[in-house]
Amino acid sequence: MALDELKIGGMGASRRRVEDNRFIRGKGQYVDDIVLPGMLHMEILRSPVAHARIKSIDTSAAWEVPGVRLVMTGDTMAARNLAWMPTLSYDTQAVLATDKVRFQGQEVAAVIADDPYIAKDAASKIIVEYEQLPAIVNPMQAQDPNSPLIRDDKENQTNNKVFDWEIGDKSATDRAFADADVVSKIQLHYPRSHPSPMETCGSIADFDRATGKLTVYMTSQAPHIVRAAVAMVAELPEHMIRIVSPDLGGGFGNKVPIYPGYVISILASILTEHPVKWVEDKSSNLISTGFGRDVYLQGELALRKDGKILGMRMHTVSDHGAFFADAQPTKFKIGLMHSTFACYDVPAAHLTSEGWYTNKAPGGVAYRCSFRVTEAMFFQERMIHAAADDLGMDQAEFRRVNLVKDDMFPYRTAFGFLTDSGQYQKCLDLGLEAIGYSTFAQEQEEARKRGKLLGLGISTMTEPLGAGNSREYDIIGIKMFDSAELRVHMTGKAILRTGAKTQGQGHETTWAQIVAHELGIPADDIVVEEGDTDTAPFGMGTYASRSTPVAGAAVAMVARKIRAKARKIAAHLLEVSEEDIEWELGRFYVRGNQERGVTIQDCALAAYSNVPDGMEPGLENNAYYDPPNLTWPFAAYICKVEIDPETGVWDVLQFVAVDDCGVRINPLIVEGQIMGGLTEAYAMASMQYITFDEEGNCIGSNYMDYLLPTAWETPGFELYEVVTPCPHHPIGAKGIGECATVGGPAAFVNAVMNALKHTGVRNVDMPLMPNRVYEALQTGKDVSGMPPVKAG
Amino acid sequence: MYPSRFEYDAPKTLEEAIAILDRSGGEAKVLAGGQSLVPMLKLRFASPERIVDINGIPGLNHVRVDADGTLRIGALVRHEDMENSALLEKSYPTLAGAASLVADPIVRTRGTFVGSVCHADPQGDWAATMIALGGRIVAQGPNGRREIDMRSFVLGPFVTALAFNEIAVEAVIPGAKGTARGGYLKLERRVGDFATASVAVYLDMSGATVNRAGCALAGVGGRTIDANDAISVLNGKQLTDENIAAAAEAVADAADPRTDHRGSADYKRHIVKTFVTRILTGIARTEQKAA
Repeated sequence: MALDELKIGGMGASRRRVEDNRFIRGKGQYVDDIVLPGMLHMEILRSPVAHARIKSIDTSAAWEVPGVRLVMTGDTMAARNLAWMPTLSYDTQAVLATDKVRFQGQEVAAVIADDPYIAKDAASKIIVEYEQLPAIVNPMQAQDPNSPLIRDDKENQTNNKVFDWEIGDKSATDRAFADADVVSKIQLHYPRSHPSPMETCGSIADFDRATGKLTVYMTSQAPHIVRAAVAMVAELPEHMIRIVSPDLGGGFGNKVPIYPGYVISILASILTEHPVKWVEDKSSNLISTGFGRDVYLQGELALRKDGKILGMRMHTVSDHGAFFADAQPTKFKIGLMHSTFACYDVPAAHLTSEGWYTNKAPGGVAYRCSFRVTEAMFFQERMIHAAADDLGMDQAEFRRVNLVKDDMFPYRTAFGFLTDSGQYQKCLDLGLEAIGYSTFAQEQEEARKRGKLLGLGISTMTEPLGAGNSREYDIIGIKMFDSAELRVHMTGKAILRTGAKTQGQGHETTWAQIVAHELGIPADDIVVEEGDTDTAPFGMGTYASRSTPVAGAAVAMVARKIRAKARKIAAHLLEVSEEDIEWELGRFYVRGNQERGVTIQDCALAAYSNVPDGMEPGLENNAYYDPPNLTWPFAAYICKVEIDPETGVWDVLQFVAVDDCGVRINPLIVEGQIMGGLTEAYAMASMQYITFDEEGNCIGSNYMDYLLPTAWETPGFELYEVVTPCPHHPIGAKGIGECATVGGPAAFVNAVMNALKHTGVRNVDMPLMPNRVYEALQTGKDVSGMPPVKAG
Repeated sequence: MYPSRFEYDAPKTLEEAIAILDRSGGEAKVLAGGQSLVPMLKLRFASPERIVDINGIPGLNHVRVDADGTLRIGALVRHEDMENSALLEKSYPTLAGAASLVADPIVRTRGTFVGSVCHADPQGDWAATMIALGGRIVAQGPNGRREIDMRSFVLGPFVTALAFNEIAVEAVIPGAKGTARGGYLKLERRVGDFATASVAVYLDMSGATVNRAGCALAGVGGRTIDANDAISVLNGKQLTDENIAAAAEAVADAADPRTDHRGSADYKRHIVKTFVTRILTGIARTEQKAA
């Protein structure tokens, strides 16, 4: 008889994460847990200043420290043509500085020693003479024609501009604005934040001169991209490079780029002929690795009196730091910013973007968002909120008028995306009901009598998750698809490998559930392995919420290939023709005689012991999956806050999240993703930012200044679901990992702005710290977060 | 995070510990809870040659009250012990108010009350309560014990009146003549964050009259701010709205905040005033109810 899918841990089972067995026992194997024979340790000396010419580097005292094996500078790298490396955005980045330092924390020298204490002691003995240059800490300064040229290393670079980019239909948009009854505008800064994974970045490079093979254990969300990049940069043959990404303690985009530390450790291993371990400390991670956001957003909506949006104009000015090292598809210079307003019916839209170099850390990564969609959706929902207020319309009603309706799918957005499914109004209505929207005005009035200000904020959005397809999406030319390889053993147990790389998402649990769903093999009988380029099939890794949309689809497809072969074996075992075979979960049977059947395990045994004539033995296969489109989950986040007007302190009274991510493979894990994402959203909205003083010193280089929320202040979240299966995904799933981080912040900010509505304040930039809210209340004016440090 | 090399001692008696400090000539640091010292070692902000761990020394983990009402807190009493003490809850509202706001629950299991006072961080909570309560630190050195008034104990940021060869063995807080009232309020951006501004208030009251008012502030100056003189406008008076407003104004004037990423100087001063008002108004209401 067919199996009970929930009992075998199939689709929809809230199966506990199998990987947690080792994590909660402290038995995870992270890079820093790996010890190789003869391993040496590396410490990086970083620049204390943001912009300076290097006059000299004296390493002699460091060499004299007992236990020091090697001291490396930019010259060491330059001698092997490795002083600079390509970034994931076709720019170059200094590995160890040769000419100038361009941000505080930049890599200047490295010491390799017998233990990490010695390496650290010796690094402090390196004397670097700097000739300081004026620091540029924001794009406005970078634009000044008199500002110093940051990238004087680049030929033909005459100013600090990184790029200009444009998309949309300008003339149609101009016409929409000419026809508008009302034009609503807003200007925002999305401050620089940092993904801050619990585990920092690190590597162990192990070059074996005898075999010529380079093995690198490293913290990478995308090990196959690294292998390709190392092959190109280090000019090593790709088959002699093995990248192993072991257990990862979080990534959130921070572990996509290739950092100088990895490259230095590789050369150090080649030069010393020892394995070399580099693990950065928390401060180094915060000040030098891929940040998120740091974009100035301004734009306007052309509106008809009845609330219909006629057109949207938007301009972004982004701060990329000293090297353009964003991890994003090649043709989209500001990521998928043009996914903004994708859930609304907007007939005409135009986006212009400019990127600037500054003396800040490089590597604008998608911090838990699919390539800048966090900024796109934050702008969208802050703009929507302001426009509704400008029109004097109810926030929910204004959204209802403009949200794409269920019968409009597939819907082509003004910027050319194709959103394919959703029930936007249903999600919104469910959320409004849960938060008690109809009685809120009354509640607000009662609170005012108690001296408190109540506010309610809505954020509704869809976002493009799951890059590719490969036609449009690539990283440095490598097309974005993904893969899975499934081997079913003789006893019906199996091993599954994919080209993705889990870093907390729970792939070891959920991939097995997809196989269980497709084959009826209990999830507990399937082991999942990822991250070793010598064994895993080629894939583009895990970020942009792409694992389930792409690798997860490949898992379903490879399981179906296995089932197709098993069906032939079943026909052979049951002595009927294949056409007479029926499938139910875990079992083939003869049509018209359900009693007569064989299990998938019977077929597995036969695959190695009793195959029909002419069939290859074995039961294994692989699948490469190139998705026809992105997936488009939808979310309605609604937040209710109370402000203490005497201090500006605000508390979240209630937060409702309605997510439609299509079919949920493991509801427990999906809910965990949403909770985690909302926690990060709350952090960005309330407390988090990395800013810089006028000299380019990083304010927020440790976790006393850059705040991560704890369970104590994080509000509770109420979760609801709507399920609209993705029409093109094999199991109907959509991405979910990033929705809450992307859509969450605007819900908090809109709630606070709603509470301040009577003051005429239109915007307070994040983070909405009590002092900023208090200032807005006192002055009735907007509060800008423009760096350098906004005083109060 | 790799600290510089240091020697480590774990003496079993106070005398032994003091002898080690004395021999080290100022190059040693005392380790109690380690919640500030260990991060400073790891960041190499502090690189002492020697660490003297006093956790193995008996007789330092008492919280007790003498017959005359004097409260004594030993050098190894953890924040968590303060938080869980029924004694404080009842009779020392300033300390009880601060106890659950010190750092975060994890730090509180290990960090010590006396260690925090001796760390003299301008944003530290306990030093502020000690100054408001008129407390004293008992220091033991090679020549025996002495008591140092809190008002002259904190000399500056991270600097105290302790000599290099002395160990703060106990905090002493005098009992109230009348009834002890008080409170502690802190504005922080997140649990475990240092204070943007915090206020410790202590009132020794007889009936509705204030015998002595004490106050100190954290986070709003280059060192813990002693606002005892400012709040003394309440001495001998009752907690009327006018008196409360005057006291709050005077205390806010005593603050010396700096504009930074936690807020402007004006904002922090405003928070001080608001918090003083809230604590005093709360006490006044309780008194009214009792009466």
